[in-house]
Amino acid sequence: MNGVDIALVDWSRAQFALTAMYHWIFVPLTLGLSFIIAIMETIYVKTGDEEWKKITKFWMTLFGINFAIGVATGIILEFEFGTNWSNYSWFVGDIFGAPLAIEGIMAFFLESTFIAIMFFGWNKVSKKFHLASSWLVAIGSNLSALWILVANGWMQNPVGMVFNPETARNEMLDFWALLFSPTAINKFLHVISSGYVLAAVFVVGVSSWFLLKKRKIQFAQRSILVAAVFGLISSIYLILTGDESARQIYKVQPMKFASMEGLYEGEQNAPLVAIGIMKKAPTPENPKADEFAFKIEIPNFLSYMAALDPNAFVPGINDMINGNEQWGIMSYYDKIEKGKVAIGALRDFKEAKDKGNKTKADAALKDFKENYAYFGYGYYDDPHDLIPNVPITFYSFHIMVILGMHFMILFIVVLVFLYKDRLKNMRWLQYVALWTIPLVYLAQQAGWVVAELGRQPWVVQDLMPTLSAVSNIDKSSVIITFWLFALTFTVLLIAEIKIMLTQIVKESKNEGGQ
Amino acid sequence: MFENLSYLALQHYWWAIVALLGSLLVFLMFVQGGQTLIYVLGKSETERKVLVNALGRKWDLTFTTLVTFGGAAFASFPLFYATSFGGAYWVWMLILFAFIVQAVSYEYRSKANNFLGQRTYDVFLFVNGLLATVLLGTAVATFFTGSEFYVDPFNRSHWETPFGGLELAFNFGRGQTYLNLSLGLAVFFLARTLAILYFMNNVDDDTILGRARKKLPANAIPFVVFFLIFVIGILLSKGFAYDPVTRKVFMEPYKYLHNLIQMPVVGIIFLLGVVAVLFGIYRAWFHFDKCSRKAIWISGIGTILTVFGLFLMAGYNHTAFYPSVYDLQSSLTIENASSSKYTLIAMSYVSLLVPFVVAYIWYAWKSMNKTRITTKEMEEDDHAY
Repeated sequence: MNGVDIALVDWSRAQFALTAMYHWIFVPLTLGLSFIIAIMETIYVKTGDEEWKKITKFWMTLFGINFAIGVATGIILEFEFGTNWSNYSWFVGDIFGAPLAIEGIMAFFLESTFIAIMFFGWNKVSKKFHLASSWLVAIGSNLSALWILVANGWMQNPVGMVFNPETARNEMLDFWALLFSPTAINKFLHVISSGYVLAAVFVVGVSSWFLLKKRKIQFAQRSILVAAVFGLISSIYLILTGDESARQIYKVQPMKFASMEGLYEGEQNAPLVAIGIMKKAPTPENPKADEFAFKIEIPNFLSYMAALDPNAFVPGINDMINGNEQWGIMSYYDKIEKGKVAIGALRDFKEAKDKGNKTKADAALKDFKENYAYFGYGYYDDPHDLIPNVPITFYSFHIMVILGMHFMILFIVVLVFLYKDRLKNMRWLQYVALWTIPLVYLAQQAGWVVAELGRQPWVVQDLMPTLSAVSNIDKSSVIITFWLFALTFTVLLIAEIKIMLTQIVKESKNEGGQ
Repeated sequence: MFENLSYLALQHYWWAIVALLGSLLVFLMFVQGGQTLIYVLGKSETERKVLVNALGRKWDLTFTTLVTFGGAAFASFPLFYATSFGGAYWVWMLILFAFIVQAVSYEYRSKANNFLGQRTYDVFLFVNGLLATVLLGTAVATFFTGSEFYVDPFNRSHWETPFGGLELAFNFGRGQTYLNLSLGLAVFFLARTLAILYFMNNVDDDTILGRARKKLPANAIPFVVFFLIFVIGILLSKGFAYDPVTRKVFMEPYKYLHNLIQMPVVGIIFLLGVVAVLFGIYRAWFHFDKCSRKAIWISGIGTILTVFGLFLMAGYNHTAFYPSVYDLQSSLTIENASSSKYTLIAMSYVSLLVPFVVAYIWYAWKSMNKTRITTKEMEEDDHAY
């Protein structure tokens, strides 16, 4: 695209990615831990057992430490849509802004009002009111996830809108289509269940450290019981929603789907690469090169995963670049042509309108409408610029899936040995649980890398490329703020980890528990 | 229900919602004001702890109101969001940095092994209190004094200075800068004044309250002075009007004064607000024993009414609410910057939740404020900041 400073685009992307990735270190723990705490407090209120109150308060302390930094990184994300992606803010603000506003009104106030009672209300309000507050905090934080993920789902699969050439933006036509878009719903369910799994792994892991140190055994085992049951249910749900996500991506983002599997040549009865090591990707000169140095495949499984049919055709990257008549796939070359027609027609429409030439304006509008579905492609000349980074997408996807399986198995094993009352003596399992904590954070980041890097170069699928969404600001300003954010977030992360570790050690040595 | 309203009526409705959120935000910035007074009013560690905890139970509410204000502005006036945030980049970034460091400071300041030390987190709180109030006040002043940007035919906005909005506060060669800063400083001193009134309501410690009472005039008087400079300045200057038929923007002498006269309801809201703010301060100052606990409510409601009136003055009665002094015709109005009719209708239904939200906030606040914060409570509360 002429006139776009690619370095500015890259720095703006880097800044957004940095903020989002830092934010996502803290949010999943908030999403899941809030429910785990609410469950623990419910047990306390039901049984009146003071030990459960101590358990609840300990995890609540860790929740508070984590929550504060999640809030700090979250405010930046909202405002970065305006500061760094102002063209995006106009192009889709009519649709994208609404979920953000609803998030504030419906969710954030709920969370922030009742969190004060949750932390400070133990002696000020009744037991039941306090319990209700803890549940409302959990519901509030999860509701906020709903709205931002509806917005994200819309970017991946834009529905329920129409482009208004007069205002040069997309405008909402159907709010319910936006809210109940299968992509949005599935994304929400998959993401929140991933948060529940992360929180469950966190609680099981930290409690296992208590067991390793042979401190507060009952305290730790009770925590593990609640977290592992919650985690097991969530991880099953996580896998089911992940499976459904794959079908959604196959339908609306086939390029991302092919990249997740490193699939260059489409085929029927496509096998799933369960484990693979990629080598240099095929190039236009050598498109048939084998992209894998090593792989283990499951026959037919990719076709089955994509369409619940082992015979289904799964298009590869080259099918989309060059087109595939047999399967009715339009080439990216043709889409680029159509996109350029749409962009030119919009310009002609504006000019004709300004000059009062209605006939010319109507003709341009007709051309525009016919080609609008490919609008974003018109910003490019070379179809190969429309391929995301395949190795990163491939590895991130596989890391996420393999670890997802690991979490489910871990919860089952932990629960079995807890039931048999052998967990407290099984040091190897306690170590596995402890070292799964960094892995669950890795899986979370990998999941978002698949979702966001895998859809590049689109900020809104097929309609708006990232490079046309950026604010027209000086690159050096973004470079400075990038480093300021990087430094600030890193310092705060170190503080958060140090405080949390200190609180964990302090609690383990606390005389009050058993 | 909202379907029957005209597009213009919906645009007015949404400007009122944004104005309401903006005015609530200014009121709730007593938290920021209080953060700049922690070391002024608290001379011992325990006293400072009391003050921090009195504020710490409200900071998240202010924060959330800011986020919701941003979200509502994005949803209802996306061209404003794109122009102001993308253009005045450095002003917004500084405000955001101030809020990042605030969010962690309450939770981390008194925790063991907190990496930066308690003093650093207290400095963060001070920086947030100073920057957020002055810069947000300055940003709101530009609704009356204008900024330098251009909106192209495809509605993409371009900021026309290389300073990312900092020129609005630091270009001392331009007369309007002084008006911008006057409102910034007025908000800063108002926030401190409201904070003092909030402490009078929320803290049960005679030593702290004695100091707070002494500091009231030192903050209330500068607030009144800076506020008067700003208000008189804008009422006597030209304003950014637009023709409702041709939509052409033009400069009209005494535009904002005309707005107050031509919209008497807005005029009354504004004046009532100013009187209430001053009355609350007067009661706390001269009738401390009887009225100090109630003063925050009087001045708080007054603040909300005043700022609400200011916002309506900036956006109603065919006034460009985000004017461009670089290209007058690029100025944003509630008509050319708003979302589509459909989106405004959908969002209007969501806005019906607002009274419900206000009700539960009120209830929760009341439940928590039954007893005032004391030094004894600080010693016993294991989650105290």
